[in-house]
Parts: sequence; structure tokens; C-alpha cells
Amino acid sequence: MAQPSQSPTRSIFGSLVLIAVIIAGGAAAFAYTAGWFSPQRLTPEKMVAALAPPTGVALGHRRNHAKGICFTGVFEANGAGTALSYAHVFTRGEYPVLGRFNLATADANALDATVRVRGMGLQISTPDGEVWRSAMIDAPFFPVSTPQAFYELLIASATKDSNAMKTFAGAHPEIAAFGAWAKSAPWTGSYAEDRFNSLNSFVFADSSGTEKTVRWSLLPAAQPVPVSPEDLARRRADFLEQEITERVRGGPQHWTMIVTVANPGDPTADPSKAWPEDRRTVEVGALTVQQIQPERDGPCRDINFDPTVLPSGMRTSDDPFPAARSAAYAKSYDLRTAEAKDYPRTATDAKP
Amino acid sequence: MIGTRLRFTPLQRLLHWVMAVCILAMLFIGVGMLSTVRPKFLTLVSIHKPLGIAILVLTLIRLAVRLLYGAPPLPADLPEPMKLAAKLSHYAFYVLMIGMPLLGWGMLSAAAYPVVLFGGVRLPAILPLSDSLHTLLWNTHFYLAFVFFALVLLHVAAALFHALVRRDGVFDAMAPVSTHDEVARAQ
Repeated sequence: MAQPSQSPTRSIFGSLVLIAVIIAGGAAAFAYTAGWFSPQRLTPEKMVAALAPPTGVALGHRRNHAKGICFTGVFEANGAGTALSYAHVFTRGEYPVLGRFNLATADANALDATVRVRGMGLQISTPDGEVWRSAMIDAPFFPVSTPQAFYELLIASATKDSNAMKTFAGAHPEIAAFGAWAKSAPWTGSYAEDRFNSLNSFVFADSSGTEKTVRWSLLPAAQPVPVSPEDLARRRADFLEQEITERVRGGPQHWTMIVTVANPGDPTADPSKAWPEDRRTVEVGALTVQQIQPERDGPCRDINFDPTVLPSGMRTSDDPFPAARSAAYAKSYDLRTAEAKDYPRTATDAKP
Repeated sequence: MIGTRLRFTPLQRLLHWVMAVCILAMLFIGVGMLSTVRPKFLTLVSIHKPLGIAILVLTLIRLAVRLLYGAPPLPADLPEPMKLAAKLSHYAFYVLMIGMPLLGWGMLSAAAYPVVLFGGVRLPAILPLSDSLHTLLWNTHFYLAFVFFALVLLHVAAALFHALVRRDGVFDAMAPVSTHDEVARAQ
């Protein structure tokens, strides 16, 4: 190690330079990993910031699907799902459910009639301590194919430049199908009449280890009654929340859960592409919503319906969205839980 | 005490280097996972949680081994401020190695996120659901990670300073294999 040919002073100086280089290199590698040299990297911060509405961020609320109402109930598995996944939740039985009806808007004060896409957050708990979380929407497919495209869509739709959306649609033609759905799909006057779809694909494993890529949906038991947007606009600002509260007070509301299995070659990585209608579906159970609670003090408030929180027997697929959603939802959760004072609970001693 | 030992015991050295790799990986995974929405986010998170618990367990073992075997004495001619810095840095490392996994586990518990280890093993929540606790623990976990990395850099700089400049045997005491004649240390 010692280099006798060099003078001790020079050798010490060289060693100090070497130490400085090693430390600087370590710090630089850390900064690079953190993305500080990569302004182009799509971070959860950028994704969440792009969701901010022109009216300003709804402090203390979810950064998207900001307006919602909690529910509790049960999921009754009929046992058929065990053919697809060994997750306990598919074993015949009743499991407690916590969920949230919501509107796909970043504005917590949006008028219910103005929001085209409605959603449902769902958590089913099983006695083995596992939870299955899902966040679904009523659209049959997603507007775009990739998280990067979704970010660009947010940026394009936020700009005043009228050509931005045209340019975006040129680069992402898949959005045309979503636009057609948004224009033509009937609106309903109740969350209880809406169908909710996972859109993203996931992989189920059965007890023999066989894996299948699936999507799932909740089909309403209530008959959907189409209502024109003009009629909905005449209703109260929170008509959906009031309607579901009164409706569930009058009696529990039901949805059937179906799991759709992809054929080989189906677009499992692209939620903007629906799978053909003839794909195998398995009816795995029924969701019953028994109680509605306002979000402010409700049990869904501090739950992040992260779609990657899955029990054993399920995992994420090659669909890139669940990871992006998980990262962005976590960022949103960290922000809003830190802003709880901007969305105060009415009962200050409320226990979760 | 065992004052005559010039090097840490082989078990202590093994623990040190295994944990060095784990902790460096942990810090890089931590800042890396927070910087992306790509699928590797999930991979990184799924390593971060079990690795954190592994570090917690290894630290408890290491602490017991340290209390049992002690540490070789620092060179007598080491200036007092450097001796103090060495001692304090060891305390800081133990506080962080135990505290960071507990803060992480606590912040996940306070947000009702499941803590899943390799093989699908689930850890129980150690705190109730609470937005204020989550925020406090998340911030502490986040900022202490940078303190931790700064401490690692300082530690590496000091180790190299002992190895290359002072050549006083302090680095050799923890080196995986002996690179110096141990009598150099005994003076």
C-alpha cells in the first residue's frame, strides 16, 4: 500500500483526493438514483401535481377522485373463484368490506352531475389478515395505454392551447374510443345502478400454481335507468351522495362480482383495450353495501385504495398502471394526511 | 473487558459487511422508489420492506454481539475529538439501524398498509390508523434517510482516512481480511 518512492506529503495529498472523489461519487450516485439529475423522469410528484384542477388543489383530499362517500358492507364469496385463485377471499363465506363511491375529479366540490366518470374503492378483509384493495371506475376501458400518456393527457387538457388536445389525440389514437364512450354512454342517477370495472389486469394463481391474467367487474343488481345529463344538472349538487345514502337506508344494495379471464394474446398490458366479449367469465360472489357514511368522519377516509394491495393468490400483471397508480396514490396519501387540518373531522375525538 | 483484541471478531466483521451492503442498498432503493411511477416502483417497495426488517433483526443480533465482545480500543494517539466522533457515530448508527425500520413499520401501520415480507409473511400493525402519526413518522423516516446516508459517507471517509492517511490499524480492525501486520497497531 505504501509508496516509498513518493514523498509522504504527496502521498497524503493523493489519499485525501482519492477519499474526496469516492465520497463525491457516492453522493452523486445517490442524487442520480433520487432523480435529481433527471428532470425528465416521471415522478409521483409530477403525476400528482398534473392532476391539480384550475380551481386549486383540494387540500386534505385525494388528489384525484377527490369527492366521495364511504360505505361498509360484506362480500359473499360463492366459492367459484377458487378455480382461479387460492386467495382466501374466494373461499365460500362472508367477508367484511369497506369502500368508497367517488367521482373521477380532482375537485372535491364538483357538482355530481358534471363528472362523467364514477368510481368505487373497495377493500375486502379476510380472517387470515389479508386485504384485497381495488379502485374501479364505470368506464369500460381507460382513455390511454400508458401512465406516461396519462400524464401527457393531463398536461394537454390543462393547457389553454386548443391544439394541445388535437396533438395529443394524434399521438394517442386510443383516446378516441374513450371519447366515444364518454359521449354516448348513458348516465344514471345512482351509484347503485353503475357497473364498476378494474380496467387493469392482474394475475391470479390457483392452488396448483396455474396462473391466469384477469380483470374484474362489479355488476349492479339494480336496473340502470338512463337519465339525461340535462336532467341530472337540475338535481342538487350532491344528488349522488344523497341518493345512495337514502337508498341504502331503505335497504342494502347489491353488485355481482365477475372475473374475466384473458385468452392468450389478449392485450393484458393495455387497459385502453377491452377484451372480446366472449372471454370466459366466472361469477365469484356478491357485494352488499349495508351502510353509508360521510367521508369526513368515515372509515374510508384514511384508506388508500391502492390497487397493488393484493392477497396471496393475486399479483400485478404486465399492465404498467397499477404500479404507477400505487406510486401516485401513495404520494397523494402522504400529502393529504399531512393536510388533515384543511379537512377537519367534525368529531374531534373520532376513533378510526 | 477484552482490551487486547486488535480486530473485531470474525462474526462482527461478517455482520458489519453484510449490513453495509444491506444498508447501502436500502438507502438507494428508498430514494429510487420515491422517484418513479414505473413498474420497478413495486419491485423496489417489495424489497424495501423485508430488507428493512432484515436490517432490524441483524442490528439486534449485532448489538448483542457488540455487548458480548466489545470493540478493539482506538489507537492511543488518536486525538480526543476524533475518538469522541468515532464513539458518537457508532451510537448514531445503532439508533438509525434500529430506528429507521421501526419508523417505516410504524408509518405503514398508521396508514393501514399491509407490511408483507418475502414469502407472503405479514407483520402485524404496531400502531393504529392515524393521519397525524403517519405524517410525523413519514417525515422522520424520510429526512433521517438523508442523515443516515450522510453518516455513511462520513463513516467511509473516516475509514479511508484511517486506512490511507493515518494507517493506524483502525480500518484493519473491521477489514474483511487483514491487510496490515497487526503489530503496527500495537505499536
